[in-house]
Amino acid sequence: MEAMSPLERILRGIALTLVVIFFMFPIVWILLMSFQTNETILRIPPSVVFTPTLDNYAALITGKLQTAAGTLDIAFMRNLGNSVFLSVVSVAVALLLGVPAAYAFARHKFRGSEDIAFTLLSFRFAPPLLVLLPLTQYFQWLGLSNTYFGLIWVYQLICLPLILWIVRGYFEDISADVEYAYRIAGHSWFATFRKIALPLAGPGIAAAGLLAFIFAWNNFVFALVLASADKQPVTVGALAFVTASGIQYGQIAAAIVLSITPTLALALYAQRYLVEGLSLGAVKG
Amino acid sequence: MTDIALSLREVDKFYGPIDYGVHAVKKLSMQVGKGEIVALLGSSGCGKTSTLRMIAGFEAVSRGKISLGGREIQTFPPVRRNVAMAFEGYSLYPPLTVRENIAFALKASKLSQGTVDEKVASIARLLEIEDILGRYPSSISGGQQQRASLGRALIRDASLHLLDEPMGQLEPQLRAVLRGRIKHYIKERGLTAILVTHDQTEANALADRIAVMEGGVLQQFDTPQRIKERPANLFTGTFVGEPPMNVFEASVTASESRLAFGLKDGVRLEYAASDFSHAVRDALTKRQRVALGVRPYAVKRSADGVTGRVAVSQWLGDQTHIAADFAGGTLVLVEHDRTRLEIGQPIGIRLEPASLHVFDGETGEAISHGEELA
Repeated sequence: MEAMSPLERILRGIALTLVVIFFMFPIVWILLMSFQTNETILRIPPSVVFTPTLDNYAALITGKLQTAAGTLDIAFMRNLGNSVFLSVVSVAVALLLGVPAAYAFARHKFRGSEDIAFTLLSFRFAPPLLVLLPLTQYFQWLGLSNTYFGLIWVYQLICLPLILWIVRGYFEDISADVEYAYRIAGHSWFATFRKIALPLAGPGIAAAGLLAFIFAWNNFVFALVLASADKQPVTVGALAFVTASGIQYGQIAAAIVLSITPTLALALYAQRYLVEGLSLGAVKG
Repeated sequence: MTDIALSLREVDKFYGPIDYGVHAVKKLSMQVGKGEIVALLGSSGCGKTSTLRMIAGFEAVSRGKISLGGREIQTFPPVRRNVAMAFEGYSLYPPLTVRENIAFALKASKLSQGTVDEKVASIARLLEIEDILGRYPSSISGGQQQRASLGRALIRDASLHLLDEPMGQLEPQLRAVLRGRIKHYIKERGLTAILVTHDQTEANALADRIAVMEGGVLQQFDTPQRIKERPANLFTGTFVGEPPMNVFEASVTASESRLAFGLKDGVRLEYAASDFSHAVRDALTKRQRVALGVRPYAVKRSADGVTGRVAVSQWLGDQTHIAADFAGGTLVLVEHDRTRLEIGQPIGIRLEPASLHVFDGETGEAISHGEELA
C-alpha cells in the first residue's frame, strides 16, 4: 500500500471508480426513477433532469394505484409488513434453533453428527423448486398453506443452514479451553454457553443473522407458491405493478427503494459487527 | 503418605471406541498424597495431558476409577470436582482484564471484595504481573498470559491444582525464580498439585515425586532423586538426566573372581566379582544380553582405563562436555574443570562399578544399580 507509484495510484483509482459505478449505478437510477412519473421515465433519450414527484410514494402508502385504466388497490404496505414480520420471525426462530445446534456440532462429536450437519446444509444445495411441489401438497394436507406459521417453517430452509454453518465455524474458533477454564471454576455447561461461548461468538452470530435476514427478505419463490395476497412479502407483491394497462415503473422503483431500505440500514448498522467478527482471531491471543 | 488426596485406579483412555480407538493412557494407577506436588513427565503424546484432562473432567474416563478426597469423581462434571487448572494455552477470558480474569476464579467462593482484592494483589506480586492487571489478554505477551492463567489457578482454594506446562512460555531467569516461589506458595498453603511438563528441570525443581510416562504407560513414579539414581527401566534412565545416560549393549561373562562386560569393538570392562553383591552377580549371569548405562557425570578418566578417542570437547562456562568414540558408539562425559583436549586424542575411560546401571537387554527392566539389585 505504502510504496505505490503515481501511475499505479491513478490506475487503482480508475479501477475503483469503475467498480463503484458498476455496482452503485442501478441503485442510483432506481432512486431517481422513484421520483419520476412513468412518462418521464420512458422518455427517449433518458435524462436525469426532471421535476421530482412524490406521487409514487403516496400511491404506495395509500394503497391506491392510479393507472390509465383507473384506480387499482394494492397492498404494498401490507406486503412490506409481511416481509418484515416473516424475515424477523424466521431469523429469530433460526437463531433460537441454530445457535445451540451449531454449538453442539462444534463442541461434541457424536455418531452421525457430521451427517446431520451436512444434511442440514444440503437444503441449500437443492433448487427450491425441487422441494416446492411436494411441499405444496403437504402444506395443503396439513392446512399450513397460506399461513405465517407455514411460511416461517419453510423459511427455515433458508435461514437455518446458513446460521448453523456460519456460527459453527465461530464456535470452533473459540478455544475449548476457555470454556473449560470457566467450567472448572465452578459453572455449569449452560452457564458456560451463555457467559463465554455466546458473547465470544457474538459478532459471528450477528453476521450470520444479518445474512439470514437478507436471504429471507429476498426470497421470492417460496412465498410466491405458498402464500396468497394477504400473506405475501414485497418480493411477490411487486408483481402487482405489472398491470393490465402497463408496467408502473415509477411505483416499482419507489417500492424497491422502500423494500431495500430495511436491509440496507441493517447492513450499515451491523457493519461493525461484521468487522469485529473478522477480527475474532484475537481471541486466541 | 497417610492421607491420600487423589487416587487413580487402572485408568484407561481410548480416543474412539473402547478397545479399538487410540489407546492414550494404559491401566494407569497412582496415588497422590495430600499436600504433595507430583509432576507428570514425558514426551509429547505420552498421555500426560490426557491424564490431566481426565482428572479435570474434560475427557471421559474410558475405564477405571478416579477418586479425589475420598469421592469417586470420574463421572462428575468438572463443576463438581473442585479442581483448579492452569491451561497450557492460557485460556483467559478475552473480554475481561487480567485482574478480572484472576478474581473471576474466586467468584464461586463468595468472598468479600476486600479479600478478593487482597488475594489478587498477593498472587500478582508472586507472579510479577502487578503492572499488567488492568490490561486485556490480547494486549499482553504470551509469558504474561501464562502467568495470568497460572494466577487464576493458584488463587483458588481447590482440592487439587492441575498445572499444564505452567511455565513453558517464560524466560529462563524468570522461570527459575518463579519455580521457587510457586513451590513455596503451594507448600505454604498445603495445596495438592499435579504438574504436566516435558521439562525435567522443572519437574525436579518443583515436584516431590515424578511420574514418568511413555506410550500411555506409567514407567516410574518416585522422588526425583530415586528416579535419577535408580531408574526402573531403560526408558526412564535415558529420558531423565541431562545430558542423557550413556547406554551400551553388552554381554556378561563371569568367573569365580571376575565379572566382565563385553561391548562392541572388542571392548571389555573387567571388574572384580566382589564389586557386586552376590544377588547382582546371579541376576547378571542369568542374562546373555544386557544394556549397560552410565551417567555422563559418573564417567571418570584414568590412565589405566579403556581407550576412547575424543570426538567433541566443549566448555560450557561451568562444565566441560566431552564426547568420545567408545565401543562402537559415543560416550559422553562431563567434567567440572575446564579440560583442554584435542580432537582425536586418546583418553582412558574408567567406569566405576558403583556407577553402572544394568538393564535387561530385551525388556529394558533395570537389573542392578551399582552393587545393588534394582
